[in-house]
Amino acid sequence: MILYEKFTLSNGLSVIVHEDKSTPMAVIDVIYDVGARDENPNKTGFAHLFEHLMFGGSINIPDYDEPLQMAGGENNAFTTNDLTNYYCQLPAENIETAFWLESDRMLSLAFSEKSLDVQRKVVCEEFKEHYINKPYGDAASKMRELAYTTHPYRWMTIGKELKHVEDVELQDVKDFFAKHYTPANAVLVVAGNVTVEQVKLLAEKWFGPIPAGEKYQRNVPVEPPQTAPRLMEVKANVPLNALYKTWHIYPRLDKRYYVCDLMTEILGGGGSSRLFQALVKEKKLFSNIECSHYGSTDAGLLSVEGKLVNGVDMKLADAAVMEEIQRLLDEGITDEELQKVKNKTESMLAFEDMSVMSRATSLAMYELLGDANLMNTELERYQAVTAEELIEESRIVFDNNNSNTVYYFAGN
Amino acid sequence: MLNRTQAPNIKDAIEFNLHLKPYDKFVLDNGVEVFAINAGAQDVLQIELVFFAGNSYETQHTVAAATNHLLKNGTSTKTAFQINEHFEYYGAYCTRACYNETATVSLHTLSKHLPVLLPVMKEIITDAVFSEEELATFKQNSKQKLSVNLKKCDFVANRLVDAYLYGEQHPYGKYTKAENYDALSTDVLKKYFQQYYVQGNCVIFVAGKLPDDIEQQLNNNFGKLSLKNHIAITTGNGRLVTEAPELVIGDKKRIVNDETGLQGAIRIARPFPNRHHPDFQKVMVLNTVFGGFFGSRLMTNIREEKGYTYGIHSYVQNHIGPTAWMISTEAGKDVCEAAIQEIYKEMKVLREELIDEEELLLVRNYLIGIILGDLDGPFHIIGRWKSIILNNLDEQYFYDSIQTIKNISAEELREVSLRYLQPEAFQELVVF
Repeated sequence: MILYEKFTLSNGLSVIVHEDKSTPMAVIDVIYDVGARDENPNKTGFAHLFEHLMFGGSINIPDYDEPLQMAGGENNAFTTNDLTNYYCQLPAENIETAFWLESDRMLSLAFSEKSLDVQRKVVCEEFKEHYINKPYGDAASKMRELAYTTHPYRWMTIGKELKHVEDVELQDVKDFFAKHYTPANAVLVVAGNVTVEQVKLLAEKWFGPIPAGEKYQRNVPVEPPQTAPRLMEVKANVPLNALYKTWHIYPRLDKRYYVCDLMTEILGGGGSSRLFQALVKEKKLFSNIECSHYGSTDAGLLSVEGKLVNGVDMKLADAAVMEEIQRLLDEGITDEELQKVKNKTESMLAFEDMSVMSRATSLAMYELLGDANLMNTELERYQAVTAEELIEESRIVFDNNNSNTVYYFAGN
Repeated sequence: MLNRTQAPNIKDAIEFNLHLKPYDKFVLDNGVEVFAINAGAQDVLQIELVFFAGNSYETQHTVAAATNHLLKNGTSTKTAFQINEHFEYYGAYCTRACYNETATVSLHTLSKHLPVLLPVMKEIITDAVFSEEELATFKQNSKQKLSVNLKKCDFVANRLVDAYLYGEQHPYGKYTKAENYDALSTDVLKKYFQQYYVQGNCVIFVAGKLPDDIEQQLNNNFGKLSLKNHIAITTGNGRLVTEAPELVIGDKKRIVNDETGLQGAIRIARPFPNRHHPDFQKVMVLNTVFGGFFGSRLMTNIREEKGYTYGIHSYVQNHIGPTAWMISTEAGKDVCEAAIQEIYKEMKVLREELIDEEELLLVRNYLIGIILGDLDGPFHIIGRWKSIILNNLDEQYFYDSIQTIKNISAEELREVSLRYLQPEAFQELVVF
């Protein structure tokens, strides 16, 4: 049970405090309700580029990192298709430095042309390093384009193409800030060796005076139900054939999300999972195979991907995956197998909660979803899943008309 | 009116007193030592069995790594699947890893499940069978994985730079080729297993919320085995290579791995002594200034000023024996040479100019803050201890390093810069 207190400032900023006296550190996590799904389809990669610019100086402070490091702190940030998260950790005595820094960049950025110039290049190098200059680096982006026709999950957080990042102008940056980086679109979590009273005073002092701005109304196009299977073939300079398959699943808060999460564990989580055992160990068709899902806020995808053993036919490998799924539908699962994946989930959650940083980020993410307390009820939701539900839901998810397949062929 | 241009007051690093929580130590019936940190709020724990079975001991390439990997893939009473299922049923993670000197088998679990998991851990370190079929699958899949990795410029650069630094015959310099996998046989693995695991030198690290009977549980499972205390390594016939290799320095190499690649992997490295050298802790501070954190000179110049790369880092390799000081980055093909010039320029500035007090204070504060955060929680604390113990150091080393961070002067930093940051001592490699 993670204890916390919540209050809201008059400008709409939600604040959550989680006290932990066992650590000498304090953590500040600020999450903004904006991600790649909020981007213009012709200016993709923007939310992530913007995250970089948040370190390029704010209205009153020329540099974010230096004062934080001087206070013994470190920080980082990440952007997903759904949200942008900034976090820092420092000795609890110096917590006010983090309030000062985070509040100033919520107030306003410096909007420096120089910072934009440099970060455009840095992000382009990041794009190359992770998605172009790497075998299979473009597979995930191809899959998104295939599986989503309408929803902005069609593109990756890094962006559709380098050009979108290269073309960003300072006015775009200013507009994006005004639209998304307001107190009402953010959640502030303070955790560690702090008290609620102290955080109330500091939050009021530093974040209280920030103008409310407007609450952003998200209006993301809905993905229409898929009605026929989709297949894409790719040829690239890679050494091995690879198979990628996805199926549409459910939004993060849907009860069925938990069913699908356990389903991925049964199929592809670890050395005793079904796909690994059948296709890597017994039939030796794949040299590795994984099953996971995107964990996104809007309806995401459940994914199976693996590299084929040299010489194995792509269609045969694909059929073998489907055969295992059919076996799941026909034979069901035992209570023991279900208990196994529930135990794994329990254990995973316990390990996650070890670090105060990870607790702070979880609280922020759940609050953004609607209620920080979801963090404390998560395990019950997994425990409630029955074997019947799991099979019933698998029948719907793994319907052939709901499937997307990428055959990724090795070639030159 | 709030003055936002004025930074809040901070407590400086030198005012923090860092304390490394002492371990509890006990000795199993067979002499194997256990180092324990009992702490934490969550009911979780980790156990790490450290064997002196790393690749320094093998006489045939890749045997150490293959043996370590296949420990979990079958015993005389359980298949690989049954072993995995046993751990996974209890939500536990049993992992293994092979390094230069050591090879480990680790368990992460909710504390309550320990009694049903330890016996299986014992089974895999005493009764692994290394079947022909498991080895064949391992060979095939490892070769496939290698073929993918060989397409990556950073992977290729990391292998080559180590080979240049230490020589391909040295445990730190050798790297695995497809034919090394082909040459493996179950007989060799079984023999290696007998010598370095069943009859091996072992030390155990355990941390987390430990049950009251932890000592008894460990003794019941591991205390009767024919393991030896790791201290035996210094007096026995271990094949550990610690002498400094013949080093080739001053080389400048450019290698094309992928014609179509958009980036080059830059590695610039020089040999460097290990933690026992009197300059080591000073260089740790100097390295932080140079390329050891986000605010470092290299990062500020090459990423934040010029945008040549997503990230650039310098670090001293984590070796028990001889080591190397390395600068590592991936940069756009057209800016690699410019980035390299900037790296040397930053070395020159460190050799010629004193670091100003403001920057030095920042680095002191940053490092102390990081260590403070890093001593938070039982897994981090045992990690510190493990490094101290396996490197034959003691807790004084930890406190000395804190003193160095707090007291080192700008003059001393320039002195070590002059001693080590000489371009001709570095070799240079770019893999495109």
